[in-house]
Parts: sequence; structure tokens; C-alpha cells
Amino acid sequence: MSGIPHDHYEPKTGPERWLHKRLPIVGLLVDTIMIPTPKNLNWMWIWGIILTFCLALQIITGIVLVMHYTPHVDMAFASIEHIMRDVNGGFMLRYLHMNGASLFFVAVYMHIFRGLYYGSYKSPREVTWIIGMLIYLCMMGTAFMGYVLPWGQMSFWGATVITGLFGAIPFIGEPIQTWLLGGPAVDNATLNRFFSLHYLLPFVIAALVAVHIWAFHSTGNNNPTGVEVRRASKAEAEKDTVPFWPYYVIKDVFALAVILAVFWAIVGFMPNYLGHPDNYIEANPLATPAHIVPEWYFLPFYAILRAFTSEVWVVQIASFITGGIVDAKFFGVLAMFGAIIAMALAPWLDTSSVRSGRYRPQFKWWFWLLVIDFIALMWLGAMPAEEPYASFSLIGAAYWFGYFFVILPLLGVFEKPLPRPATIEEDFEAHKAKTGGTKTVVNPAE
Amino acid sequence: MFKKLALSTAIALGLAGSAFAAGEGGHVEDYSFSFEGPFGTFDQDQLQRGLQVYTEVCSACHGLRYVPLRTLSDDGGPSFSEDEVRAYAEQNFEVFDEELDDFRPAIPTDHFPANDSVGAPDLSMMAKARAGFHGPYGTGLSQLFNGMGGAEYIASILTGYTGEEKTEAGALFYENTAFPSGWISMAPPLMDDSVEYAGGYPATLEHQAQDVAAFLMWTAEPKMMARKHAGFVGVIFLTLLSVLLYLTNKRIWRPIKYKS
Repeated sequence: MSGIPHDHYEPKTGPERWLHKRLPIVGLLVDTIMIPTPKNLNWMWIWGIILTFCLALQIITGIVLVMHYTPHVDMAFASIEHIMRDVNGGFMLRYLHMNGASLFFVAVYMHIFRGLYYGSYKSPREVTWIIGMLIYLCMMGTAFMGYVLPWGQMSFWGATVITGLFGAIPFIGEPIQTWLLGGPAVDNATLNRFFSLHYLLPFVIAALVAVHIWAFHSTGNNNPTGVEVRRASKAEAEKDTVPFWPYYVIKDVFALAVILAVFWAIVGFMPNYLGHPDNYIEANPLATPAHIVPEWYFLPFYAILRAFTSEVWVVQIASFITGGIVDAKFFGVLAMFGAIIAMALAPWLDTSSVRSGRYRPQFKWWFWLLVIDFIALMWLGAMPAEEPYASFSLIGAAYWFGYFFVILPLLGVFEKPLPRPATIEEDFEAHKAKTGGTKTVVNPAE
Repeated sequence: MFKKLALSTAIALGLAGSAFAAGEGGHVEDYSFSFEGPFGTFDQDQLQRGLQVYTEVCSACHGLRYVPLRTLSDDGGPSFSEDEVRAYAEQNFEVFDEELDDFRPAIPTDHFPANDSVGAPDLSMMAKARAGFHGPYGTGLSQLFNGMGGAEYIASILTGYTGEEKTEAGALFYENTAFPSGWISMAPPLMDDSVEYAGGYPATLEHQAQDVAAFLMWTAEPKMMARKHAGFVGVIFLTLLSVLLYLTNKRIWRPIKYKS
């Protein structure tokens, strides 16, 4: 499958040959699991497996939850309590599913920022990156619609606010919003279609994940040096790589177990930590909660949405040029989606010929500032829409766009990169030498 | 309709944010409950006393519509015997039976009745629908040890009356130090000896407030003890698994890392 030379599956027994001639499925699976993988991958390369696990966890718990859930405005809230109180193990299923969404987003953000730091988005991996961004968008849609299903106060008002964003689009906004909701306001029709799509989208994600894996199996994995695996011969390639099984499977499963221990502690001991108390009150269209706040994983983009008020000069200019068609609300919506599009465009905005941030002395600083910016925006998204938070949000939003549209293009021109190792093997040996001291430690088990 | 929706959206957007600031304005006393922390458990006697306070006082206005009466005999709850629950249901509640087209005494498979008589909120999940604590620094992490503070909020409301009253738009409000706006429409429901506990346990206002708050924590989270147990077993198992996988991983990589 990959362009890296390696041994392929050969059917050895009679039945294997029989099947292989008709459907080479075993070969596909074996070649996928045995793919040559750079041997210098660090701990930031574990998140892919964590994400795959999350998808499986959400689909499995979700399917069982659906067996007991009723998507109707009069019964949805009570059916969640039925799951919590009457269904065997229902409280665990529901809390796992609820917190599983958060684990999913923790992992996806780590995965995305790993890609941004090590230049995983750069040629020839742009398609992998774009598919990844599509997965991320589907995840956000799925999570948002899933949060509506318990039909609590925050479900209802969150849905009202977020679908209201589409209403901000000039001319066609209101019809689009009505079409999304299935009526003039969030109601039974909305709940039903969100339920249907919440069940559908994970399978779309699963298909996209398959394509995502196919794409990077075609190009080969990136690695912390950004230096490509040598492909001239199998012998050379084997100096740079190890097969995925067992080396990375065991490493990733170990990481998964550690992360799950923490996850399990949260589910067992503080399952409502990341939720909102208002969602234990049944949805009431007549009573607006005092504070409507999205789930934590939406907060950075929510902060960007709110940053562009009518007092900001960029918004005023946009409004003036378009004759008022682009008002503050629409500008905010554009900025929010633009912030994600900026990320998706990274492969074409980054002009540096060096892939890994490890060898880019100036890039490093800007990158870590972006991480801090992201966390700060997350915090600001949860704060009330007032000073000084509004100004901070604006600065944060400006940096987000500045990083992608100004800093990334310019750095490639002005930055002097550090020397890179010629091969992955060289880097691997160098790191080995650094920890060489442990080699002499006598292990009594040996 | 569109205008109304746009308006509500605008209001919603305007009010958005500050989840962590919710609950500010009222003073929530940090009561110590037996069910706090990863190993905290419900105090069976306290839950039984709390049920008594609910039945004799709160149930006049508040329902518990999501709580099945039969769960009063579940493990990890008040743990009454099934006979006691049957007697309790029959003596205290009447439910409307559609088959009989009439009211009949409640049986254990019924839920506690809903109560909308004066528009008071249902209390089934109240202890999870209010957060008393948000610390440290608004992260809410203290709930690992203290819980969310829902039970503390309830107990604080019940003991937070100052005795001041005011009339606003024809409605009477009572000053309450725990209520976010400072003025609550619920009249002080409890005072010393509002109920008489069995066995001479002193029915002070503080005791009653904490007992009923603990009981409402149980109605909100009846499987809490089973959940914590599952959490504990899972964490132990996953920690052991992690150690084994760590050793396996080290062993597998050794020839790659240390081949000379």
C-alpha cells in the first residue's frame, strides 16, 4: 500500500491462496497492520489510536443508549432519567458516552496541534490534513447535535443560539435556519432530525477515518524530524522504520491504557464535571437560562465568534463596504468558520521548505504562542461578554488569523532553519546515544 | 415569530458565557457530607431522615416525578425493606390510575407524584441542577473532593433565610443569603422541630436541612455508590494493565533501541 518498500503478504496454505485469488482481504489487513512506520515517532503520535478508540466507544455506547432513548420533546428528558435509573448499567453507559465526547475532543486537539508543530500537513500529506479537518467538522456537528438530545435547558438554548448563527447569513439566513430546525423554532422536528443525524454522522466519520488512514498509508507517516523514510531499497527503508505491529500497536495501547485510567476516574468520580448543571432541568422554551455557554471544546471558536462586535473597526469597515450586509453578527459567524478554514489552509499558507518545527527556531515561538492563544480563547469563551474579556478575545482572534495568514507565509521566507539529520536512522541513533546511560543499567529481570 | 426568535437568540448571545460565574451572588455554605470524594458513601440513616423531611414538609409543594418509589429499597439508597416501601407509598401518596379512571393509593412501582400545585420546581435532579462550588479559580476541579455543591446549595437555601420580607409586583419575597438574587419566593419551609425524628435525634433546622439535602442528592444520583465502585475497580484494573503494557512495550523495543 505505501510507497515504502516492504514485504507483502503472501498466502502460504491452500485455503489462503484460494481466498487471496478471489478476495485479497487478508493481504489488505496484514499489509495495513504491518506498514513500515518511522522508528523515531514520539509520544505525540499516540493520539490517532486514542481517536479511533473514542469513535468505537461512542458508537458502541451510543447504539445501546439508543435502545432506551425516546426522541420526542415530551419524553426525551424522562427517557434519559430512565437510562440513569432503570437500565442495567445505564448510568455508566450514559456517563461514558457523555465524557467520551470530551476525551474525543482532547485527543483531536492534541492530534491537530501535533500536526501543526511537526508540519504533518505539508506536501505530500495535504489530502490527509484536509480529510482530517473534515472529520473534525463532522465531530463538531455530531457533538453539537448529541448535546441537544437530552433535551435539557442547555440543550434547547444551545441549539437555539447555534442555529441562530445560520440566521445571521444575509438574505438566505432565515430560510436556512427554518430548514435546519424544521420549523420557526427549536421543537420536536429539530430534536428528531438532530437525533437522526447524530446517529448518521459517526458512520460518515468512520468512513472518513478509513480514507484518512488510506491517505497517510500512501504517503507514509510523518515523524518528528520531518525527514522522509528512505525508499531506494527495502534494506534502506528497514533502517528507518519498524513494522506497525507489534512496535507501535503495543506502544499505543499502553498510552491508551494510561489515558483510560484517567478517563475512568473522571467518569467514576466526577462525571458531571464537564457538563452543565442547567442540563438537568428539562428544556423550557419560556425560560432562558441566565448563562448559555457551549461545551468546552467549542469555546475557542465561540470566543472568536463573540470577539467581533460592532465597535471593532474591521467590522465597521466591512459593514461600510458591503452597505450593511455584513453586520457584526454575520462578521462573527464568518470569523468563526474562517478560523477553522484558516487551519485547513495551513498546507498552502506555510511557505517553509522545512517540515518539522524542531528545526525551525523562530516558528517554535510562534507555535507555542498559538497554543497559549487557543487555551486563552477557550477560557475567554466561558467568560461573560463584557470588558476586559471582549478586548482579550479580539486580540486572541487576531493572533489566530495572524498566525495562519501572516506569520506562516512570512516565516518561510525569513527564517533560517537549523540543520536537519540526513536520515531518520541518524536521528534515532542520536537520541539513543543521549539515553545511552540506561544501556549499562543492569536489569535483574534479564 | 422570526423576530421573536431573533430576539431570543440575541438575548441568548448577549447573556452567553460565564458558566463558571453561574451561582455567584449567593453564599453557599460548605457543609461536610458523607458522600463527598471518590470514596464517599450515602449515610443510610441520613437518607431516611431526609425522606421524612421531604414527605412531611417539601412534598406539599414539590414533586419528585423522576424517582420510582421502589428505588427506596435499593442498595446504596435509604435501603428500606420492600414492605416498608409498600406501606410508605400507600400511606403518603395517591396517584391517578388511567385504567381505574380514578385516584388510588400509590404502590412501589409508581413514581413519587409530580406536584405542580403552586408552580414549585421538581426536586428529582435539583442537587445536580445547581452547582454551589466552582473553585479553584473557576475550574471546578474541587468537585473531585467536594462534589458539585448541589446538596450544599440546597442546605444553604433552607438555612439562609434572614427573616426579611418584601412585596414586589404583588408577590411576596423572602430574603435568602444563598439565593443568587438574594430574594426567593419560597417561604421559609423549615424551622427547628418541623419534623419529629425517630429515636430522639435532634431535629434542628441545620440537621433537617442537611438531611433533606442528602436525600435529594440521592434522588438526583441514585447510582452514585455503584458508579464510584465501578470507577475504583476500573482505575485499579487500568493501572495494572498500564504497568504490564509498559513492561511489554519496553521489552519489545529493547532490541531496536539497544542493538549495537
